[in-house]
Amino acid sequence: MSTNRTIVTEADPIFGRLTLDSIPFEDPIIMTTFTVVAIGGLGLVGSILYFGKLKYLWEEWFTSVDHKKIGIMYVIVAMIMLFRGFSDALLMRSQQAVAVASESGAGYLPPEHYDQIFTAHGVIMIFFVAMPLIVGLMNIVVPLQIGARDVAFPFLNSLSFWLFVSGALLMNISLFVGEFAATGWLAYPPLSGIEYSPWVGVDYWLWALQISGIGTLLTGVNFVVTILRMRAPGMTLMKMPVFTWTSFCANVLIVVAFPILTVSLTLLTLDRYIGTHFFTGDMGGNQMMYVNLIWAWGHPEVYILILPAFGVFSEITATFSRKRLFGYTSLIWATICIMLMSFVVWLHHFFTMGAGANVNAFFGVATMIISIPTGVKIFNWLFTMYKGQVEFSAPMWWTVSFFLTFTIGGMTGVMLAIPAADFVLHNSLFLVAHFHNVIIGGSLFGYFAGITYWWPKATGFTLDETLGKWACGLWTVGFFMAFMPLYILGFMGMTRRLNYYDNPVWNNWLLVAGAGALIVLCAIAVQFYQMFASIRDQKSNRDWTGDPWNARTLEWATSSPPPFYNFALLPEVRDRDHWTDMKELGLAYKRPSKYQRIHMPKNTWAGIVIGGISLVLGFAMVWWIWWLAILSGVAMLGAWIIYAFQDDKDYYVEVDQIEAIEKKHFSNLGRVGESVTEDLESDAVTISV
Amino acid sequence: MTSDFQNWLRLAILLAGCLLVSGCDEFMLFDPKGPVAEQQQWLIIVSFAIMLIVVIPVLIMSVWFPYKYRSGNTKEEYLPNWEHSNKIELVVWTVPILIITALGILTYITSHSLDPRKPIESDQPTMVVQVVAMDWKWLFIYPEYGIATVNEMAMVVDQPVEFLITSDATMNSFFIPNLGSMIYAMSGMENRLHLMASEAGTYKGMSTNYSGFGFSGMKFNAIASDKMQFDAWVTKVKDSPKVLTDDVFKALQVKSRDVKPLYFNNPNPLLFSDIIEHYTGGLNVD
Repeated sequence: MSTNRTIVTEADPIFGRLTLDSIPFEDPIIMTTFTVVAIGGLGLVGSILYFGKLKYLWEEWFTSVDHKKIGIMYVIVAMIMLFRGFSDALLMRSQQAVAVASESGAGYLPPEHYDQIFTAHGVIMIFFVAMPLIVGLMNIVVPLQIGARDVAFPFLNSLSFWLFVSGALLMNISLFVGEFAATGWLAYPPLSGIEYSPWVGVDYWLWALQISGIGTLLTGVNFVVTILRMRAPGMTLMKMPVFTWTSFCANVLIVVAFPILTVSLTLLTLDRYIGTHFFTGDMGGNQMMYVNLIWAWGHPEVYILILPAFGVFSEITATFSRKRLFGYTSLIWATICIMLMSFVVWLHHFFTMGAGANVNAFFGVATMIISIPTGVKIFNWLFTMYKGQVEFSAPMWWTVSFFLTFTIGGMTGVMLAIPAADFVLHNSLFLVAHFHNVIIGGSLFGYFAGITYWWPKATGFTLDETLGKWACGLWTVGFFMAFMPLYILGFMGMTRRLNYYDNPVWNNWLLVAGAGALIVLCAIAVQFYQMFASIRDQKSNRDWTGDPWNARTLEWATSSPPPFYNFALLPEVRDRDHWTDMKELGLAYKRPSKYQRIHMPKNTWAGIVIGGISLVLGFAMVWWIWWLAILSGVAMLGAWIIYAFQDDKDYYVEVDQIEAIEKKHFSNLGRVGESVTEDLESDAVTISV
Repeated sequence: MTSDFQNWLRLAILLAGCLLVSGCDEFMLFDPKGPVAEQQQWLIIVSFAIMLIVVIPVLIMSVWFPYKYRSGNTKEEYLPNWEHSNKIELVVWTVPILIITALGILTYITSHSLDPRKPIESDQPTMVVQVVAMDWKWLFIYPEYGIATVNEMAMVVDQPVEFLITSDATMNSFFIPNLGSMIYAMSGMENRLHLMASEAGTYKGMSTNYSGFGFSGMKFNAIASDKMQFDAWVTKVKDSPKVLTDDVFKALQVKSRDVKPLYFNNPNPLLFSDIIEHYTGGLNVD
């Protein structure tokens, strides 16, 4: 691994730092993984070619600018990365379960490997699982919820996705060529500087995050504009569904916070590549500046992850309580409060750096104040269920599980926000337990709830309910079993990121935590099986209505899956629960008398091509292959220019095509059940909505 | 549901078993051996208790509401369009605000009273210990006694200690859980931490901030004893034949893991400031 390998300081003109030595042949774990991935990859590519699906994939998916398809692709990549990130978690849990020793070398993972694993775990779970899950859900849902035909900048959306994929691929290449950073997921200097980490690991980290981070930034711009400019007529800001509101706030945070990440990464890159001293230990570099900058991005990032999940729970609670959402206005203001406050709390990530008492007190109190609007939100959901008729479907299971876990996570968060208490809890397993408690119990459960809830909208059939409830139950039990011991270990003085430890008592608790991780493994297996089984049985799970949950908001007014243009006619919104309003007025499922042609964007090769070249650029920069870096940089710019001068970017969907699609949808509606059929028969007067 | 319940039961039994095995003194944060740690233990317990005022009702309501208002339960009132109540809004905003106000006051007070820089009041004079985080060991310098040690330090019970902390390598965090507060060790900078032991014993010290491959072994013993035993310890270190010359220090700078305690005589009195100076490159005016 890293330490055994020679440090290359002179780059070869052709291969840069890349040598045969860069491939970790000596590591059986990595080589086995590589073999499996290689065989799997070849098998996948082989079967695509064998079944002649390449053209289909290219035309219908890879070059697609349709927000729904891009959203689905985000979720698919996220689930694959979840598999890898969770494998890392299992490796860590098993290492800590066996590594009771007083000397380095215990267990089966030496620090040189183990330290890369916990770094990769953090990076993957935040950047390549949580972010794409939430961006994927926003892509699928937001344009439908506001009655738009697509996002504001469809090509940019495709580019964002492919930049994200490039980042993810680059990060995964590091597993087999070279190594990944062994610095912790935020790579604090001076450890991440060239002096202490002369290997390529940190460079992989830098370029993977830089490329996917720019993708995310573009997504933020796209969605802010989409939500502000493309809402259906009548949908004022205070009539927007809550998920759109929380997504909006999350995207504002992206637009404001991600440039800080871009800049921090750039400065660290300059330190490593051309010898500047922004963050180095010596020559006037300031490591504290890096820590401040990275958390000035990192804290808003936490809210980017959680706010949309809050939106998901709002939609689900209202739908399955069969009731209007309680306290919509206060919920929206609470979200805006959180959005603004999230920029004045970053210092709570390093109270122990030695700031003065007043500075620490300010950031501690500011952090606690955020918990007020957050608490209000939970009460709003509770009172949405109050005097409702709560139906316990799978999304509702995730929601109740979220109430229970997130409340505990919030409580431990407030404890950590007290600087004087943080002086003993910081960097302990208590901290690790806390952030998993809020990110899993808050964000991830929210995404899973959202995937279950909107799956039928995206695909046209529902997920298996029983398996979904099993997945939720196992996740919840596994979560508590895996992380409650970590709170206890924190009180016992165990710090994070330990490769081995000499306290046998800790071992008992780590074994319990390991067992919890295995239960989570079962939960994830059930989830994958649930998706597989539901796809297999899609004929019996078919949703012909477009509204399988008797839901309330606009996205359920169109068919499942929606036609590529989303709505044949743009709706006129009167109420924030637009679809419930329509159903109550008897205007739902009515076929309009006349259609108009629809202006739509054309698919484009540019997103995947530019994204693909960015992967080459990243790889070349990591390995100091300068000629390739220059070439790919020029190629990216060239591709962009060619695309920019292309005229043929949009087209009109003609009325007869729309009529054909809509006719099919309305005849499908008839296949649902008695009531809808009656509606159709009485549909003598068609009303345009 | 049954299987869930069984899982929970199994979990509860397992956890209870673990707690029994563990015993109380394993909980370093709840086994304070000094005034700072004692106040921090109190702070953790009080803040936890204050929050339970709102957390317990929320946990109960999260289960009770969906159960009570489950679909099919026709006995309960169903108000599909009820979406606002000034009374409830007032309560759900006021209760968290009150709790956070209480915790905020507590935060402000303890941020000052437990400020690591604040000297601990005592009739004993404060002893200064200089601490240097290295790759991957802790160097302790006792300027008053002309000795230096690696991965072992000693202090006198009931005598306050002022730790002056810096790093000769990456960022670390200096922590003795039984005594309280940790603080970062960073190159080119000096952080200050005041701690005191009120009971004799050997306490575990560690780095809590990941600093590279040897991080897990960056542990030391902090020995708190009466003045006599402490003096004996100083003599023992002084008797060590090794002198901490520049060459010996250079040898120490070489990366090493799981370093056993080392004793040194006569360190350069300017060593600590030299280490800081080295990283400021003469750019630090202070």
